[in-house]
Amino acid sequence: MSATLMTDRPTESERIDLSASSPRRGEKVIIGWLFLCAAFSVLVTVGIVFALAGPTIEFFRQVSPGQFFSTDDWAPSFTPPEFGVLRIVSGTLNVTFYALLIALPCGLGAAIYLSEYAGPRARKILKPILEVLEGVPTVAYGFFALTFITPLLREYWPTFLPGSLGDPPGVFSAASAGLVMGIMIIPTVASVSQDAMSAVPRGLREAAYGIGSTRMQVATRVVVPAALSGIVASFILGISRAVGETMIVLIAAGATPNLTLLPNESVQTMTAFIGQASTGDIAVGTITYYTVFAVGSLLFVSTLILNTISIALVRRYRETYE
Amino acid sequence: MRTARRNTVAVDAARQVTLSQLDGSGRGGKWKGKVFSAVLVACIVIAVATLAAVLLHSFVKGFPRIDLNLIRNMPSSLDRTTSGMQSAIFGTIYVMVGVAVTVVPLGVSAAIYLEEFADKNRWYVRFIELNIQNLAAVPSIVFGILGLAFIARGPLSLGFVAYAGSLTLSLLVLPTIILTTREAIRAVPSSIRQASMALGATQWRTIWKQVLPSSVPGIATGTILSLSRAIGETAPLLLVGATVFVTYNPDGFFSGAFTTLPTQIFSWATRPQDEFRILAAAGIIVLMAVLLAMNSFAIWIRNKFTTEW
Amino acid sequence: MTTTPHPKATPHPQAARRSVAPPTGVSVMETVGLNVYYGGFHAVHDVDLGFERNEITALIGPSGCGKSTVLRCLNRMNDLIPAARVKGQVKYHGQDVYAASVDPIEVRRRIGMVFQKPNPFPKSIYDNVAYGPRVIGMKVPDMDDHVEQCLRRAALWDEVKDKLKESGYSLSGGQQQRLCIARAIATQPDVILMDEPCSALDPIATGAIEDLMIQLREEYTIIIVTHNMQQAARVSDRTAFFTARPDETTGNRTGLLVEYGLTSQIFENPSDQRTEDYISGRFG
Repeated sequence: MSATLMTDRPTESERIDLSASSPRRGEKVIIGWLFLCAAFSVLVTVGIVFALAGPTIEFFRQVSPGQFFSTDDWAPSFTPPEFGVLRIVSGTLNVTFYALLIALPCGLGAAIYLSEYAGPRARKILKPILEVLEGVPTVAYGFFALTFITPLLREYWPTFLPGSLGDPPGVFSAASAGLVMGIMIIPTVASVSQDAMSAVPRGLREAAYGIGSTRMQVATRVVVPAALSGIVASFILGISRAVGETMIVLIAAGATPNLTLLPNESVQTMTAFIGQASTGDIAVGTITYYTVFAVGSLLFVSTLILNTISIALVRRYRETYE
Repeated sequence: MRTARRNTVAVDAARQVTLSQLDGSGRGGKWKGKVFSAVLVACIVIAVATLAAVLLHSFVKGFPRIDLNLIRNMPSSLDRTTSGMQSAIFGTIYVMVGVAVTVVPLGVSAAIYLEEFADKNRWYVRFIELNIQNLAAVPSIVFGILGLAFIARGPLSLGFVAYAGSLTLSLLVLPTIILTTREAIRAVPSSIRQASMALGATQWRTIWKQVLPSSVPGIATGTILSLSRAIGETAPLLLVGATVFVTYNPDGFFSGAFTTLPTQIFSWATRPQDEFRILAAAGIIVLMAVLLAMNSFAIWIRNKFTTEW
Repeated sequence: MTTTPHPKATPHPQAARRSVAPPTGVSVMETVGLNVYYGGFHAVHDVDLGFERNEITALIGPSGCGKSTVLRCLNRMNDLIPAARVKGQVKYHGQDVYAASVDPIEVRRRIGMVFQKPNPFPKSIYDNVAYGPRVIGMKVPDMDDHVEQCLRRAALWDEVKDKLKESGYSLSGGQQQRLCIARAIATQPDVILMDEPCSALDPIATGAIEDLMIQLREEYTIIIVTHNMQQAARVSDRTAFFTARPDETTGNRTGLLVEYGLTSQIFENPSDQRTEDYISGRFG
């Protein structure tokens, strides 16, 4: 064994210097930079708030909140302009409603299947498909709604339905946009729900199987109740997605601010209004410009509330099981 | 408290099952379970079938226009049958290069801080994490508003140029990159960190020499997937001037008008003439081909290079 | 190794042959009134121990008795757990390693560590050994020679000399652990801490590591945590027996030192009833 390795071994009498050999300033700078990058995300939120707040305040200087929230005519760029936001809010609610009609049951069903029924092989195939589905550009979904679903709906509309519900939709309709948006949201609902179901301890399932439960009973009476907060979180996240989605509604739902919940009518949503108003050349300082920000604020605040609830619920199930 | 809640859930579930066993409702024949699983399969089938329909529909409709003119020519409203989308392809390349150089260093750095250095008991760390979670779910068009007010105009005043689009999309995908990078870093077992620290390596050297090299495949996968999210984004670009009709390629990152593939598709899709809809479909084919290539590449990296611990 | 269950483990023949050096009076390391807390939880209570040069000291006791916690305080690895708090002193050559002026990085350069589960880096065998010297900026005239020396000392050279470029994961569990020992001695530490280094290994690999420890004792001061009493009896010169005392109100178990002395004395003639019970298998 070579003795050269033993050179800097301290002797009893020698006092060893255990203080830092260098101040390591470089590393402190790096860590500082890393922190700044993490903190940058806060700056983005602050930026959003400030970007929205200024013009929104300016908007409400010119238009009273009463006019904005309680009148029901929407035509901000006409003369005389009308600012009853209820019309485009109802448009958002309309499309969201039909989207959820598809997304919530299908998303939950897909999650139960993936978590409780699918074998590892099926899961290995289905998960990436759902990921691709989530990654399809929304403009492609919008095109699909306009050129595939809409003609289909017009052809096969259940005309036996009573009243105006029986009229086939026109070129633009809430139903077409809502259906496709619902499909778009399925992966979101499915993946968040499935995460929650996977977090349910194996022991609970085994206990249920142990007393002779069927697979369906385990799924519906044990796993779903135990993962409930996560499932609700996925639903709320789905709602938030639907409310915030722009391209599908901009392409397929039309630009008519209609105060209706009927699926066969053309509606304008909050997001579609922003998209439509800013596609044209809007000049800074006009009332239309400020209106975009006021509607943006409303959109931001409502999705923020939904997201906060969803995040809190996810945190709850994580705390329960992890 | 946590255990108490867990116990409540467990007891409730157990009670449910026991009661259903006692009243015999669980013995309601095998068909019930079969119907239930058929319904579940139907849910998946709806999703998968729609994906197939979206792809097939665009493919069938757009296939006649998958030709060289598409790449060679600029968009035109006159020559509907030979109009191309070269400016959109170039615009997308410019915007995406801008996104990649902006968001990757930013997102990876933030993820390293949050995963390796941040003390989760500090209020500001929790605030940052909550903020990122929230940011991930902000509607994309709101980022467009931010881009319009602060990037294209306002404090940065870049104008309606390609990099304004890049920066806007960077902010949009920042939370996703942070999230996926954190997962990749977390997958490196702590025993590796401890081994390195126990040899007298500093925390940063440990990260640089051990943690990052091991998590590069995961980071690359997450980055590619985030960029594929950005490449298909349309709404925020409408607000920062991806004006829908540009017949020339961008001059650079900081000058000249620009358009991108998705905005061009949007512009064509909303025109009533069928030739334009065919063009839109052809554009979707190109976009989806790029996306699928990126996704496959990401999955390939993940499967090939990920270390098994 | 030991196949017959015997109430009192027989010391390792080689360990028995070696006469224990009389205490030098100056320990390489010692703990004075060491207390460790994790948040509000009192993990270790008042530990006073001295570790003599070129000896193997074993820390034994039932699980949850804080022996690993004490070990991790010695090179400040507990710093990596944010909630951990240490009171009292850990002296290395008379200097408190928890003093404000002390850099934990410097401490860890001198006090190496081998972990419970073999944890080679996902790199080549060569790079695993060379990593430490490189990362601390140690001046090594010839790295190839240094790597060879370390692998020889870890009794691994003959098995790996033809495949130094292969991944550390290509080795068996026991070889991986010896690679980790080679990696630990590559930075020329003074003390080597071993946290149950054989608990993930089969008996033959365990025997190889134990032989290795006895060899390494000639040059290093070794402190080992083990749940295996026979192992402590076979390899160690001194043994510290810990136990866990449940708190009357919370039920949290606080570790405390029961007895510390020459291994032969602890195993053959323990002075504390609790040690006697544990050694003879009546408890734990």
